[in-house]
Amino acid sequence: MGIRFILMVNKQGQTRLAQYYEYLTLEERRALEGEIVRKCLARTEQQCSFVEHRNYKIVYRRYASLFFLVGVDNDENELAILEFIHLLVETMDRHFGNVCELDIMFHLEKAHFMLEEMVMNGCIIETSKTNILAPIQLIDKAT
Amino acid sequence: MATTASSFMDSLFQRTLDDLIKGLRHNLIGEQLFISKSLEDIRKEIKSTDLQTKSIALEKLTYLSSIHGIDMSWAAFHAVEIMSSSRFSHKKIGYLAASLSFNESTEVLLLITNQLRKDLSSTNEFEVNLALECLSVIATIDLARDLTPELFTLLSSSKVYVRKKAIAVIFKVFEKYQDSVGVCFKRLVENLEGSDGKSMSAAVGVFCELAAKDPRAYLPLAPEFYRILVDCRNNWVLIKVLKIFASLAPLEPRLAKRIVEPICELMRKTGAKSLLFECIRTVVTSLGEYESAVRLAVSKTREFLSDDDSNLKYLGLQALTIMGPKHLWAILENKEVVIKSLSDTDSNVKLAALRLVMTMVSEDNVIEICRVLLNYSLKSDPEFCNEILSSILFTCSRNFYEIIVDFDWYVSLLGEMSRIPNCQKGEEIESQLIDICLRVEDARPELVRVGRDLVIDPALLGNPFLHGILSAAAWVSGEYVEFAKSPFELLEALLQPRTNLLPSSVRSVYIQSSFKVLVFCLHSYLLNNEAHIPSSSPEKLASGVPDTVLGDGFLEASVITAPKSIVESEHDADFSPGASNHGVSVENDGEDVIHGQTSLSVPLEKDYFTRESIIKLLDMSEMALGPLLESHEVEIQERSRNVIGLIELIKQEITGPLVKKETDDMRDEFKALNMIRLICDGFSEELGPVPVTAQERVPVPEGLTLVENLCDLDTIFADMNLLTQSSLILGTLNLGETTGGSLSDLQTKDDLEPATESTSLLSEHRKRHGLYYLPSEKSNSLYNAYPPANDSLLQQNENDHVDDLVKLTEQSLVPKKKPSHAKPRPVVVKLDEGDVPITSRKLESEENLLSGAVRDALLGNEDKSTSAKVPCGKSSSKRIEKGKQSVDVPSESNDNAADKGKADVGKGSSRRSKGRGKERKHKSGVKGGTQREGNGQRENLKSSRTSKHKTHHGAVDSVNVIPQTPVIPDFLL
Repeated sequence: MGIRFILMVNKQGQTRLAQYYEYLTLEERRALEGEIVRKCLARTEQQCSFVEHRNYKIVYRRYASLFFLVGVDNDENELAILEFIHLLVETMDRHFGNVCELDIMFHLEKAHFMLEEMVMNGCIIETSKTNILAPIQLIDKAT
Repeated sequence: MATTASSFMDSLFQRTLDDLIKGLRHNLIGEQLFISKSLEDIRKEIKSTDLQTKSIALEKLTYLSSIHGIDMSWAAFHAVEIMSSSRFSHKKIGYLAASLSFNESTEVLLLITNQLRKDLSSTNEFEVNLALECLSVIATIDLARDLTPELFTLLSSSKVYVRKKAIAVIFKVFEKYQDSVGVCFKRLVENLEGSDGKSMSAAVGVFCELAAKDPRAYLPLAPEFYRILVDCRNNWVLIKVLKIFASLAPLEPRLAKRIVEPICELMRKTGAKSLLFECIRTVVTSLGEYESAVRLAVSKTREFLSDDDSNLKYLGLQALTIMGPKHLWAILENKEVVIKSLSDTDSNVKLAALRLVMTMVSEDNVIEICRVLLNYSLKSDPEFCNEILSSILFTCSRNFYEIIVDFDWYVSLLGEMSRIPNCQKGEEIESQLIDICLRVEDARPELVRVGRDLVIDPALLGNPFLHGILSAAAWVSGEYVEFAKSPFELLEALLQPRTNLLPSSVRSVYIQSSFKVLVFCLHSYLLNNEAHIPSSSPEKLASGVPDTVLGDGFLEASVITAPKSIVESEHDADFSPGASNHGVSVENDGEDVIHGQTSLSVPLEKDYFTRESIIKLLDMSEMALGPLLESHEVEIQERSRNVIGLIELIKQEITGPLVKKETDDMRDEFKALNMIRLICDGFSEELGPVPVTAQERVPVPEGLTLVENLCDLDTIFADMNLLTQSSLILGTLNLGETTGGSLSDLQTKDDLEPATESTSLLSEHRKRHGLYYLPSEKSNSLYNAYPPANDSLLQQNENDHVDDLVKLTEQSLVPKKKPSHAKPRPVVVKLDEGDVPITSRKLESEENLLSGAVRDALLGNEDKSTSAKVPCGKSSSKRIEKGKQSVDVPSESNDNAADKGKADVGKGSSRRSKGRGKERKHKSGVKGGTQREGNGQRENLKSSRTSKHKTHHGAVDSVNVIPQTPVIPDFLL
């Protein structure tokens, strides 16, 4: 499946976006997010961006006050996922203009939409920023 | 009128999502309170007839659910309603809610099939997109089956936007409903071959996932992947293709030879670290035989390791770990970095380095490496300390302690580990102590010494993590007490007052061990006495035994031996005395054995066991165990009663004579000796390890009918039905592997399974009727009066130096060629078949169904992919005909099913799939059974299917000979 879940979490450990590609109950999600936040947020900038957790790896990167955490299968390419995170941030940047936590809070649906354009069933399907944003811009125009 | 007015008011004053978020941020009344107030509003609004109001309410609920974890399953039906709205802005809210909150058990899923079908066939690509996205998350077997025709159409949609998403979804559908493979696989392959980059990239992603599960089925597609590897310039796609080759290459040497050069080329040229790393990984995992490629990969790995970026360092270490045992030189070249990484600031890097070090452990360097790591574990934080311990334990015990030559060393290492302050690996150490004790005879004296040191230390009793180890130590020192230097000391240790800190399960082991020690002491004492008296000879002894004692003793012996056959498990070892055939009749034999034992042990001084010391011993035991007679723990109570009973009996014999005449004294002591000898015999039988499969080998007695499966129990455990059923299905599914084979063959395999079934049943039963089982583990809250063990050690190691470590390790990493073994490796008892863990068998057949379907689909494809290389294009219908010959589609199916319209496909597919289903059932008889079980409901609904299925039995038989390895096209040669 490749990607299992994508989380965006702020410095305080509050979830700002959660997209799962396998079903977990609300309790399981909450537990998982808690564990991951505890594991990853305590790490310093100099430490590596890969954390093993349960039976998968978490690749994460911090942008300003927001952590982007991606849970992947063990044989997934970590560096490629880091690039994916960067692409995601760049895409959001292009759309929101210097994206911040508030943008994601107030436009959660759009953020999900972007993710849907990029990832489907845990596989990355689109890597062009223009293509990712095209449908969203169309919808924006329509409303 | 009133309702419309109120709904109008609702919508006018409804809070939007933005309002909700702002409210949450300002947080005037507390988050929980605000959320519950908003939920109240949402509950009202969502019932509104106005779709606008309703969808905003759902939007808010979705937000609260995904960010604040609020349950929204109750709103599932509302989500479905909004999904079916004709307005896109509503629809997308509904779909988002559905994909974020629905799961397989959501009941309303049954209602959305038609909605999904409608949206999948919509002309608006964004509506199709919504439906695809939703399907990718919530696909169930039913949805996958019902929507396969729509997906089939979308797979060749003219809109790339839709097509690439349909491709991504198809993997999910394959997983859920294998028969869809037969329908859609061809189109998937077409997308792989197509000129469009996006669809190709999505298809590669799907194949990457498929190939990871069962690579063999995809070998025929290798030419396509090769083309992509050479032509494609997209790094994302290249990474996926490399992953595919990493799993294909080991299966086909010619393929490996072909791809080495392109991969090396990529490695040299690419600037992308992600792609570079994937190349390295592919080379070291799958192309290890190509020296030049490996050299290149190692040199690139070195760049990673020397980089300041800890990410690259971590990955470099990982790459080295994969190379590990095969290319030791690669690790030696980078030795310094590896060792330094063991003390990196980043715990993940440390862990990677530890793993790497462990891969290098061999027979020759195990002692040094373990010594270094153990020292290091004393200095590191508790978490890493335990990581080190568990990797040492794991590595050393691998494959029956393969790398251990000096067991005395290893056993004392285990003892040392137990004393490490942060040690939490009690369970593992416990089982290894017992395991070694049973398997390696030569290690027993050392084990007893280590066990004694552990048991005797009162400080250890307070640490709950060590209780398991102590239990093992107590058992070992009781079972092999003849190796003990001082049984007195041991008995004292086993009965020390602080044993009340132990959980009852461990304490009962202590008591049983003290029983054994006591018997041993008495026996030695009586034997000594006997030796002093010249007139005592075996004949006299035998005749002098009063009938009653003999009878009693014999009875006792037979009573305790009776359960032996039943309790043939290691856990009950301390319990089952064995030794039935040493009756009184073979007394001489028994005596020899016992003499042998005493001579084996440390020479006991002649007057070591004096009457006074023995009486003291008895008194002490009585004092310690007396209070336990009232214990509420049955196990403790029973065992201490046994000991006290023995003491009382012996005391009469031994202390009585003080006032009696000399001859009586003698006679009494003979009586006692005989009694003790009988008990001793009971303990002297060797306890060997028992294979997991031992149960199977017990012949079924005549006249005993065993129920094949335990479904009768379903009625007994009616409320736990679900659990038992799933375990049964798991059990049978695993047998899917057996292709062909006679019926009896299958039968015996079938018999293997009940072991797992019954254990799960047993644990269920235990859960339910816990009252009647002995407590397994219980953590009492203990008052610890003693200081924790090894406190001083901890302080000592506070000031550590990393350099120290580096120096130490450096020597040991270099494998020494000359192993200077002082003594040969002792025999490690292995049981031929029984010891193989059963679990390894289980994992394999998981994907059988899916890959079977793919293989079937590829049978047609194989011809095609080669023919694609041939310039003259053949008509598609002809190709299908070719495929048909081997797949044996029922004759009535239309030749060009694939090229016909959608409606036709639906019919055709169902017919084709039936044929395939039967095929599989034939290939593996047992699996069919399970499938039938799983499909039970469906087949009941359409009984016509089953009847058809029977008539076809004979016809498909010939299909059985599907080649295991599809021949790879000759393009590679």
